[in-house]
This record gives sequence, C-alpha cells and structure tokens, in this order.
Amino acid sequence: MSRPALSTRSGRGQPDAQRDDTLLAIGMLAPAVLFIVLLVGLPFGLAIYYSLHDVTTGGTTPRWVGLGNFASLLGDNTFQTSLRNSFVFTFSTLIAVLVLATIQAELLMREFRGKWLVRFLILLPWTAPVALGLIGWLWMFDSVFSPIDWLLRQVGLLGSPGAPLGALPNLYWLGDKTLAMVSVVLVNVWRLLPLATVIVLAGLNSIPRDVIEQSRIDRAGYLRRLFDITLPMLSPILLIAILFTFVFTFGDMISIFILTRGGPANTTQVLPSMAFFTGILGGNLGRGAAVALFMLPALAGMSALLLRLVRRSEVTT
Amino acid sequence: MATLQVRDLHTHFVGTGSRRAARAVHAVDGVDLDVHDGEFLVLLGASGSGKTTLMRTVAGLEKLTSGEVLIGGQVVNGLPPNARNIAMVFQSYALYPHKSVYKNISFPLEAIRLDRNATKEKVEWAAQLFDIGHLLQRKPRMLSGGERQRVALARALVREPNLFLLDEPLSNLDAKLRHTARHELKKLHHRIGITTIYVTHDQVEAMGLGERVAVMNHGKIEQIGTPSDIYREPANTFVAKFMGSPAMNLVKRGDELLGFHPENFLPVGQFEPHAGAARFSFDVSGVEDLGSDILLYGSLPEAAGEEVIAKLPARLAGSIEVGREHDFFVQPALVKRFDPSSGKRLDAVAS
Repeated sequence: MSRPALSTRSGRGQPDAQRDDTLLAIGMLAPAVLFIVLLVGLPFGLAIYYSLHDVTTGGTTPRWVGLGNFASLLGDNTFQTSLRNSFVFTFSTLIAVLVLATIQAELLMREFRGKWLVRFLILLPWTAPVALGLIGWLWMFDSVFSPIDWLLRQVGLLGSPGAPLGALPNLYWLGDKTLAMVSVVLVNVWRLLPLATVIVLAGLNSIPRDVIEQSRIDRAGYLRRLFDITLPMLSPILLIAILFTFVFTFGDMISIFILTRGGPANTTQVLPSMAFFTGILGGNLGRGAAVALFMLPALAGMSALLLRLVRRSEVTT
Repeated sequence: MATLQVRDLHTHFVGTGSRRAARAVHAVDGVDLDVHDGEFLVLLGASGSGKTTLMRTVAGLEKLTSGEVLIGGQVVNGLPPNARNIAMVFQSYALYPHKSVYKNISFPLEAIRLDRNATKEKVEWAAQLFDIGHLLQRKPRMLSGGERQRVALARALVREPNLFLLDEPLSNLDAKLRHTARHELKKLHHRIGITTIYVTHDQVEAMGLGERVAVMNHGKIEQIGTPSDIYREPANTFVAKFMGSPAMNLVKRGDELLGFHPENFLPVGQFEPHAGAARFSFDVSGVEDLGSDILLYGSLPEAAGEEVIAKLPARLAGSIEVGREHDFFVQPALVKRFDPSSGKRLDAVAS
C-alpha cells in the first residue's frame, strides 16, 4: 500500500486519514480562495485605495484626498445622470425580464409540437458570445440600414408623409435620447431572458402537480390559479431570478459600451460605463474608482434584502 | 349530490415519436359504471390497473379518448374540472403550502363568492366536523400526517360537491391511524351522504368501506358488487386471487378449477361434511400461528405443485400434525367452479 510521504510522517496520535482529509481540503479550496483574493479582493481593495487618492494612469505618486473624489462627484451632472440611468436601465430590464420569463416558462411547461425547437431558440441568446450578439444588434439598430426600420417602412408605419412613426426614413434607434435607452434595455432583456426563464421554469417544475390540479378541482380559474397558487409558491425562486438579473444588469456595461458608449449626450450613461470612461479611458483612476464604489451600497443592499426575503419565504411555505 | 354514470369509457395515453399509436397505453379500456345517488363505491385494483386514471377522467383531469361521463345525468365530457362541481382528496393531500389551514379550507368557497360571514361559518362547520378547529391558523407544514388528511377532507367537503373523489387518502397514514380514519370516513359518509368514489389498492379498506366494490384490472372492471359478493362469489379467477388474505385456493380437478377460501377448508373429524362435500387429501408442510387463527401450508397429492392454505381456529392447532396427510373437505355450497382456460365462473354467480 503506497501512502503519501506526508501522512506517514504525521504522528502524535492523530489518525492519518483525518490529516489526509485536512490536507486534501486545503488543496482543493486553495485555487478558489486564491482566485477570489487575487481577482476580486485585490481589485476591490485597490479601488478603495484609489478612490481616496488623486491618482492618474500617467501619474507618479498618489496624493491623499480623503473623500474629495466622492464629494466632487455628487455635484457632477454626468454622475447624477448616470446614477439615474443606472436605476432606469436596471429596473426596466428587471420588470420586462420577470414578466416575459414567467410567460415563457409558463408556455414551456405545456406540451406542444416542436417544443424542443422553441426551447432551443429561447436559450440561444444565452449561448451566443455576448460581443457577437451585440454587434448583431448594432447592425439591427443601424442609423441607415436598420432592418427594423426597413420592416416598418414596408408595412407603412414609417418613412412616408403622415406615417404613424414619422416621415423620416429612419428612427435612429441609437441616436435618439429616448429610443437609445429603449434599445439598450431591449438588448439587455434579450440577453438575460434565457437565464431567468430557466430559473422560473425550474421553479414551476418544483410545484407539485397535485396542488395545481387540486386548485382546478377547487374551481379556481386560470388567473386565480396564477396569482393565488403558482406565483406565491414560485416566489422564493422568482426572488433568485430578480437577484441575478439585478446584479448582472446593475454592474454590467457591455451592452451599453458596444451599442451607445453612453451616448447620445450621456442619456444611456450608467455608473459602470462612466467609471470605465473616467478611470480607464480618461485616466483619472481615483475618480473612476469612486464612481464604481457608488454601486457598492446598491448591490450589497439589494443582495442582502433579497437573500433575507428568500429565507423568509422558505420558512413560511 | 348526484349520480355518476360512465359509458364505455376509454382513456388512452398516446406516446410520442413515430410509433405513437403502437405505444399508446390503454389505462382505462372500456369501463361501464353506474353509481347511485349517495352511494359509496370503491375502485379496487393493483397499481397500474387504471383505477386512478378512471377517477381522474371522471374529475376531468385526464382527457377521455372515447365514451361518456355523466354527472347527475349530464354529460360532462368537455367540461374542465372546475366546471364539474366535484371535490377530490389526493393521496398527497395537495394542501396549499403557503396558506393557513383556514385559507386552505376556504379556498373552494372563494370561487362561489360567499360573503365573509358565510365563509367563516362554513369553514368552522367543516373544521369541527373533523375536529381541527384548533389548527386553523397553522400552516400545513406544521401539521402531522393525520391532521393534514383531515384538513384535506374538510376542504373537500366545505362546499356541497356533486361528487366526492378520494384517491388512496389513507395510504400515507400509519396502520393504527388508518384503522380509525377508515371508521371515521364511513361514519362521515353516513352523516352527509355524498356520492363517493374511493380509489384504493388495499382490499381490507375496500371491504370495510364500500357499499359496492369494483375490482379493476388492465383498465377494465372485472367485477362489481357488494363486498361480500366480491369475496364469496368471485366472477373469475382474477378476483378470486385478488381478494382475501390469504387468497382463495384454486385447485385443478378434472377439467375445472375448484376455488375455496382457506377458512372453508376444514379437517374431517373436527367438522362434519355435508352430503356432496368436496373431499381432499391435504399434505401439511407448515404451520403459521397468527394468534387467533393458524394457517396451514401444504399441497394436495392430486394437484402437486399448487400451494394450498387452510385457516383454522387456533384451538385446533394440536390436532394437526405437520408432515402428514390429513383428510380435509369443503362444504358443497362453498366450492366455486372456474373454467381453467378463460378463468370465468362455471356455476352461476348469484348476484
């Protein structure tokens, strides 16, 4: 029987097997701990350090400014817009994703011909590489060649005198203040819907069939069944879907970076994109870090709140 | 309150893929049933016999393939469950886990839009019927199995359903509780008199509860009758083998199968055979003492290989010697004759 050299040398009455287990546990956990410390902990610590200093990408020595970066941000117009946009962007996405995911999951629970194809198509946005999908959308929203505009022109909603959407040949999706926000929300919903659908679908599957059938026998119609039985029983898992969607939207900037770069005139600027533009592209690391840190209370607060709600609804059901 | 009629009912489950029709399962395969107003009918069968599917088709939870279901004389084929005014208790009780016991019981009342006071009155009536008044504010997860069952029953009876369907409601209870619950159910049915269909695989339950019992096998009803008819006059060998514990002995003699219950298989000497009694030589190979009775296991030299069981009062234990042949008999009226190939009764079934 071959044993590792370490364990045969261990003495002092401690069983070898137990010592082996401890070593194994340390060995298995180490990469994960290292990963978190180096890729999450370190940048986080660095961000706090930067936010308290005046530090630029080209500069030499950081200069302590205390809460100066934060204070100057509060009076900054762009920051106020970004803060507001972040919430508009996140909550619009959240509401749309929740409603659509519940509808999709409800439909996917039923048996119909070609269900596998529909399920495949619904999951597709999730499996496509993000940047690739977004570039596709960039083309969909093109100011001149947008296929959406072309369709609208073909059905007569756009581009002719007196058309409901205006006489101009294009809608300029990413150039119009309101439409730009609508566009980025739309694309973000497209990206996050599959995950939420899968989560809600798992939740629906976990509701015992007997309970649903019982409610049908107890003369509850579709809507009453949905609001009085299905949704309450689904609530713990819906909260998980909310948490994921919130975190993935609030702290993310890729849709906005690729589609609008925060424009036009900062109307789609959100905190993560502003942090990137200020800190990395603009070179003002301290100010960028301060912008990023403003997201912390929202993210941490929302996560803590939702996890508490999840625990409470588990206890009561 | 209503009658239930089922006419040539078929419920098939169609498989998927290219051989759909070939893979169809005929869960209910041509059932005719007449349940009188206020009757307590038990559907008895092994798992997979189609008894639950038959009940679910009556409830409208499964789509029938062909035939008719009539509740109170009206065809309900196309109606969804919520339009049939039926009540059902599932094996799992299917309580709404996020609602209190009170809200569970009042749930069916909300559909008929009773006002608050009437609802409260009804719920309290149903709760005292099952002695669960003290549990009304609890959530289902805080209840024991027996309490959950009573809540499910209260919820089913809180409005006046046309039909009361019970799908093995006692199978999740422990043996002792099951005994009491059976008694309670019977008393309850006497008191409220709603037409009841009760599905079970437990023949003791069926015998104890049913005014009539329908024995199901492979989606068909093998026999329907009072418990004593089913037990004493089985229509075929399937029913004979299914009922009783231990079941009826079946012995081939000539071109007939002779069927007799173990308790009617008696030793000559201790009991007096009437004229025309069927006499057997019984080779006893083992004894099992059940306390009040003893079971004798053995075989008949004339039909080797077939195990035959006799059930005698325990006081006779001393008179039977194991490993020897004894003279046994069955009184003439207690021997049932079956056709060995079709399994059907040869002598007329008194019904």
